[in-house]
Order: sequence, then structure tokens, then C-alpha cells
Amino acid sequence: MGSAAKIEISGLGYAVEGTGILKGISVGIPGGKITCVVGPSGAGKSTLLRAINRLIEPDRGEVYLDGLATSGMDPLELRRRVGMVFQTPAFFEASVEEAVLYGARLAGKAADPDRLLGLVGLDASLRGRAPRDLSVGEQQRVSISRALALEPEVLLMDEPTSALDERSRQRIEELVVGLNRDLGLTIVLVSHALDQVERVADRIILVVGGRLEGEWSRKDLEGRGVRRLLSGRL
Amino acid sequence: MNGIETVFPALLALGLVAVAVAMSLYQRLDLERDIGVAVVRSFVQLTAIGYVIDYIFGLESLGAVVVLLTGMVLFAGWTSARRVRDVPRAFVVATGAIAVAAAATLAVLLLLRIVPPTARYLIPLGGMVIGNSMNAASLTLTSIRDNIAEQRLKVESALAVGATSRQAVSPILRTALKGAMIPLIDSTKTAGVIFLPGTMVGMIVGGAAPLEAAKLQLVVLYMLLGSVSIAAILVGLLSYRSFFTPRHQFRRPP
Repeated sequence: MGSAAKIEISGLGYAVEGTGILKGISVGIPGGKITCVVGPSGAGKSTLLRAINRLIEPDRGEVYLDGLATSGMDPLELRRRVGMVFQTPAFFEASVEEAVLYGARLAGKAADPDRLLGLVGLDASLRGRAPRDLSVGEQQRVSISRALALEPEVLLMDEPTSALDERSRQRIEELVVGLNRDLGLTIVLVSHALDQVERVADRIILVVGGRLEGEWSRKDLEGRGVRRLLSGRL
Repeated sequence: MNGIETVFPALLALGLVAVAVAMSLYQRLDLERDIGVAVVRSFVQLTAIGYVIDYIFGLESLGAVVVLLTGMVLFAGWTSARRVRDVPRAFVVATGAIAVAAAATLAVLLLLRIVPPTARYLIPLGGMVIGNSMNAASLTLTSIRDNIAEQRLKVESALAVGATSRQAVSPILRTALKGAMIPLIDSTKTAGVIFLPGTMVGMIVGGAAPLEAAKLQLVVLYMLLGSVSIAAILVGLLSYRSFFTPRHQFRRPP
């Protein structure tokens, strides 16, 4: 177990009705970096993400956060430290402001909605609008802002741009890079798009069939490109 | 006329059922079988319960009343849970909620001496409370199950920012409770204007004074509002847990 890892995943296994989704994954995720998780559909990437903030309970193995086993943590406290953004943004709340402040309010944490919207490049005038009246790209930024309201140490992102148009995708990508650079946020990003991975990744983890099939650093990418690196593996 | 021949004149009303069957055949609604089952079952069940109540009246024992009402609660819980076979523990939840709703409302009626503790009052009123609570339980259960499936993304996104499962489903619970209570609230609002409720109809046809009938009908309506609320709230608070683990995770993956 590398002591520098923010998150250490050890022998993680998870099955649904007898079908193995994760089959003993062990990998370290460095703090303050953007780690991209790639792999074919159904490889277990989203499940791996959900095991990190314990939206699912792994059958075996352990996830450590700063060296402490997450199985022993209060899951609500863990999810406040490890935020998550999904592929499709979805809110019960009637206004953007309520959606942004939802988690912070539950945690009894003061948060400034204007600042939070500003962090994700949304205008404060959107506060009173209904989330469903915004574009999907804007809604996705609302969900990132809602995760940031809790000042998390880690942000898990499950294909956050796959439902978006080109322009929105680009803005979210810039946002991801900016959050990592400016706030030092540890980001774990599941992505299908290899060009996106090439643009943002400090580290790449390849998951195939619920197993870790490889991991590379930014350095390994240089001169080769992610396509050549992963060629024949996806 | 004390035997089964008492109910035979009711069979004359079957002429109207024949119209319904003819309609179903003509329009190819494919409902003839269902109508037939409904007719036979209602005849057998109502005649049988007539005999049972007659027998219990003869016993003059409150214990027998409690046994009968308990049987009705169990049957109601089973009927309600059958609609949501995929929800774990639905029978326990529905039966418990209906039992508490019935016991609480009947207890209030008895303690405030609104009705006397006799089989003549407790069986029909208990039956109404149990039946309406059963409907509320079924509506609440199906609404919660369907909405948790449909709005799973919203629930998960709430869990992901540290909401408890209860907090994450609270909008779904509110919708379900409203859905279960609105029909009765509306029929209570319109009682006497758009239709005469069953108790009043029965009493007036049976020869009671209209104001006397109105009085008992009011007791019935208020009692039902109370019991339906209790049943819906209990089902809501107990059933959502079946969908989550104690660690605020969905029990079933997507």
C-alpha cells in the first residue's frame, strides 16, 4: 500500500446476483491529481466509483481514504468528504439555489450559493431558476457546484460529459482541470472519450471485466498518446 | 325470513349485471370473466359475512368481535401486499399499518363514547376503517415503489451528498402520502353534494331519520380521514426502508 495514495483500493470484489462486477481490484489513487478510469462498457468503472464513496457495499476488499478503512466510517460523513457527480444530472429541488445548497444544509454547513455557482462558471442570476429549465450542461455544472458546497477532498465523476454537446463538454473539462489546479482537488473521472482522457489525465487506470488491466502516468503518455497506449486493450 | 332466502331478492339486480356483460361482449372488452368472478365472489362473501355477523351478534362477546376484525386486518394486509410482491416485507408493513390505524381510530371512538362497545357498531365501522386503510396502504406502497424506480437518479444524487435514505426519499414519500389521502379528502369535501355516502344511504333506506343518518355518517367520514392518514404515514415510514441498507445504499443495484 503506497503511503502517498489519497485513496487505496485493495482486493475489491462485488457481485450482483452471482455475476461478478468487480473481481479483486487493487490500485492506488494519488492525491491532488486527476485520475481517469477507462475501459469498455460494463467493465465495472461506475461500480468502482460507487464503491469509493460507498453508494454500494463491496462483497470483499477495502477502500482506504488517507489510510483509514472506509468500511469503518459513517457513510454520510464519507460522502461529504468524497463528492460524486453522475452522468445525468437529476434533482428533486425546485430551484438551482436549493439544489446547490442541499447537501451543505443537511450537513449544517454554511455555503454561499453565488460563490459556488461562480466556481462552476454559472451566473448568480440562475439561483431562482428551476434546474429542469437549464440546459443539461448547465445542470451538470449545478451538480458539480452542489458537490463542491461540501468542500470535498475528492470528487468522483461518472462520465460527466457523455450526455453533453461539444461546447458544454469542453467547459466541463476546463472546469475539471481548473478545480484540480486551483483547489488541489483529487479527481477520479470515468470516461469513454479517449481524447478527453488525453487532455485531462495525470493518471490512467484501465479496467476490463472487473479487473485492473493497467495503469499509466502522464509521463507514459508523452510521445505515444492514449490511443497507442491502450491500443488493443479496449 | 332469516335464512339465505333473505338475500335472494338481491339476485334480481343481476339483470343490470347482464347489461354490463352484454356491453363487454359487444365492445370486446374481454371483461365477462372478471364480471362473473366479481358477481359470484361478492354474493358468497357478503352472504357469508352476513351469517358470521349474525352469529357474533348472538354471542354478545367482544372477544369474538376482536377475532373477526383481526381476521379482516390480516386479509387486508395480504391483499395490499399482493400488489407489490417485489417489495420485501410488504405484508408485515401493510398489515401493521392497517392494524394500528384501525385500533387507534376505533379506540378513540370508544374512549370518547361516540359509539357504544357493541358488535353492531364495531364490526361495520371496523370493516370500513380496515377497507379504507387497505386502499391507502396499497396506494402508498405502489407509489413509493414506482417512484423510487423512476426517480432513482435523483435519490442517488441526494445520497451522494450525504443525505440519509429517509432524507433522500422524502419528496417521494410526500407524493405517495398525498396520493393516498387526496381521494378521501375530496370525497369528504363533496359528501352530500355530489353523492350520499354509503352509511347514510344504508341508514335512510333502513328507516333511520335523515339527521341521525347524517350524524353517524360524519363520525364515519372523520374516522376514515384519521385512519387513512395513519395507515398511509405508517406504510410510508416503514416501507421505504426495504429499498435501502442501513448504510444508506440502494439494496438493489440498478
